[in-house]
Amino acid sequence: MNAQTPAMAAACPGCLATPTEPASPPGPQDARLVLSLPGIHCQGCIASVERALTADPRVRGARVNLTLKRALIDAVPGTQPADLIPLLATAGYEAHELDPGALQATETDRDGRALLTRLAVAGFASMNVMLLSVSVWAGASDATRDMFHWVSAAIAFPAVIYAGQPFFVNAWSALRARRLNMDVPIVLALVLALLTSLWETALSGAHAYFDAALALTFFLLAGRYLDHRTRAMARSAAQELTALEVPRALRVDETGATREVPVSALAVGDLVRVRPGGRMPVDGIVVEGRSELDRSLLTGETRPVFAGPEHPVSAGEVNLTGPLTLRATAVGQDTSLHRLADLVAVAESGRARYSSLADKAAQLYAPGVHILAGLAFLGWLAWSGDMRVALNIAAAVLIITCPCALGLAVPAVTTAASGRLFRQGLLVKHATALERLAEVDTVVFDKTGTLTAGAPHLVDAPVSPRIAGVARALAEASGHPLSQALAAGLRGAGQDAVNLDGVVEHPGFGCEADWQGLRVRLGRGSWVGADPEAEGSHTATYLRIGAEPPVAFRFQDSLRPGAENVIAALRAQGKAVAILSGDTEGAVRAFAGRLGIDTWQSGMLPAEKAEAIRQMTNRGHKVLMVGDGLNDTAALTAAHVSISPASALDAARVASDIVLLGQDLSPVAGALEIAGRATRRIRENFRIATFYNIVAVPLAVAGFATPLIAALAMSTSSVTVSLNALRLGRGVRKP
Amino acid sequence: MSVLAFLIPISLVLGALGLAGFLYTVRTNQYDDPEGDSRRMLSDEWDDHPKP
Repeated sequence: MNAQTPAMAAACPGCLATPTEPASPPGPQDARLVLSLPGIHCQGCIASVERALTADPRVRGARVNLTLKRALIDAVPGTQPADLIPLLATAGYEAHELDPGALQATETDRDGRALLTRLAVAGFASMNVMLLSVSVWAGASDATRDMFHWVSAAIAFPAVIYAGQPFFVNAWSALRARRLNMDVPIVLALVLALLTSLWETALSGAHAYFDAALALTFFLLAGRYLDHRTRAMARSAAQELTALEVPRALRVDETGATREVPVSALAVGDLVRVRPGGRMPVDGIVVEGRSELDRSLLTGETRPVFAGPEHPVSAGEVNLTGPLTLRATAVGQDTSLHRLADLVAVAESGRARYSSLADKAAQLYAPGVHILAGLAFLGWLAWSGDMRVALNIAAAVLIITCPCALGLAVPAVTTAASGRLFRQGLLVKHATALERLAEVDTVVFDKTGTLTAGAPHLVDAPVSPRIAGVARALAEASGHPLSQALAAGLRGAGQDAVNLDGVVEHPGFGCEADWQGLRVRLGRGSWVGADPEAEGSHTATYLRIGAEPPVAFRFQDSLRPGAENVIAALRAQGKAVAILSGDTEGAVRAFAGRLGIDTWQSGMLPAEKAEAIRQMTNRGHKVLMVGDGLNDTAALTAAHVSISPASALDAARVASDIVLLGQDLSPVAGALEIAGRATRRIRENFRIATFYNIVAVPLAVAGFATPLIAALAMSTSSVTVSLNALRLGRGVRKP
Repeated sequence: MSVLAFLIPISLVLGALGLAGFLYTVRTNQYDDPEGDSRRMLSDEWDDHPKP
């Protein structure tokens, strides 16, 4: 869609792992826009959204995708999403712009489609060959049987060669690395079954395993496809979170006018305007304006920091009060945000150390099967001296032991469990995340933004109505988060605002006004004339009326919904709970006391957090890290398994295995429980598959296995395993 | 038994038709929006002529 733009560096601060294409500049080609429509749910919504969009002359075509809750729009060149969002707002739909570059669905889609095509071919071929085999089992003999076998061979060979390619490729790459994986016995079984069956057919033998080879391919591909779909769904939802943060910045040109440009187009030395509420796109020096900065995503500190001319700022900080103009000193990959994010690459990943249950099973299983088949072959060769009989028996052993049910055991359970967790608002991004989650015995939380909602609220302010009235009036004049919290707190306490004259906001400092002939000021301690150290570690704002001593209003972070529940539930499950925070000691102590958590550490740097996790791991704990900030990314990577909320920085979401959608923390405790059940189910499935093997293998080694027994053993074990997995998704009410 | 010479090819061709049909639906993105497609048919907006 924007093929003519040159390739550029990653556009947004967090896009280490998923470099985005640059946002498409208004060019001569048609604008292709993607809007997210979280509110649509029925055919009426589809029709009215499409009607509202196509009614606009700039829109050439619009199509709603209800499954993804998105609208794809073809519009005349130069159309901006901001032009269309009001159209939908009038029609009554909430719409958000999505960055089309961040939605790289095409590639995974192609993989999924290729897998589905192979699955269809294998399914078609196995059904036909199975029908032909039924007549053989029913007693066809002589020339008729041979004909059926030849027809089966003609279908089976091309079908297996085409549909089995994923296995051939995987097995080859494993063998080249001198390893054994699950695909090696699969490929050996397929090849041996096809070749011995062809040989048997040429000699007019009674037993051919064409149907087994195809059924095997079909069941195994079904497992692969389930696995792929689960992960593709999670990836697409994760991409949507990234795409919602469209990386744009306001560049100031020579004439002083601002123009919206993609962040990737910024260069060192550019002047950039950042509005209140906006996030710094680059590292820079403030040139103009005064404001306060929220650095909590970078450091975990909740207290806002002053910023004025000559102050350095880092990408990722949030501008709170006044507009700032920056001169960029580092852009893209060179920003401190990115350098911090590089810590992730250094931290040894918890998931890299983990070998999945399926891998462990394959390590036991693959050599066992090969040895068993080899022994059966040698034994029969020595005993009967007949190459043909020995090869047939070896093929039967391989087919019967082939990990058909084993291949389904894990994906079927993960699909069911991931689907269930998704309905509860958890996005499982990594394939083995559930298994690792089940092993967790220690849960470590970040404080700011994870256990807290990031919005302060007023701690009781024992002040006279007179002071409270002035404070409310001044606080209501400002958009600063502390002012808003103060105003809301006083409003809640039933305080009326007084009338003030000449209210002026000094960004970065506070508000000032005249009241009954007195100067009144509300703001930073140093500006008002108070000693900020007196209040210790609390975040506070100060009011001074005339020459009276300043009054402090103290704030506490409000808890994220479900924070108390999740900690109680984790305790009930017998997990240890700890807090690692970058915030000051007093703030963390007060907070930990409120939640009743004894284990906490404060003032931690990103590397120290990761080190603390590593020490816990070395002591033999399996750690779940829940965090949202950039200062958590290294710890998220180092932990055994990690969760980050959707509000987290992109880098943190990329580093974590599971993303929590929505505000509420309580699904986390449920996730641990579901993960435990999923893992038990996977083990059960392995046991079921092994049980079938134990029954069938002696028959195969003894030479009693017919293609009919092979087909029965394979199908029943696969179906049993799938049904067992489906029990996990049962009993869930749809939201 | 010579009837098999007709019946087997016929059954294979019928099966292959089904396979081809399925592959056609995959290739033409008909599984991109299963939810939306199942709802669209309930709307009578484009009943008289297809959406341009």
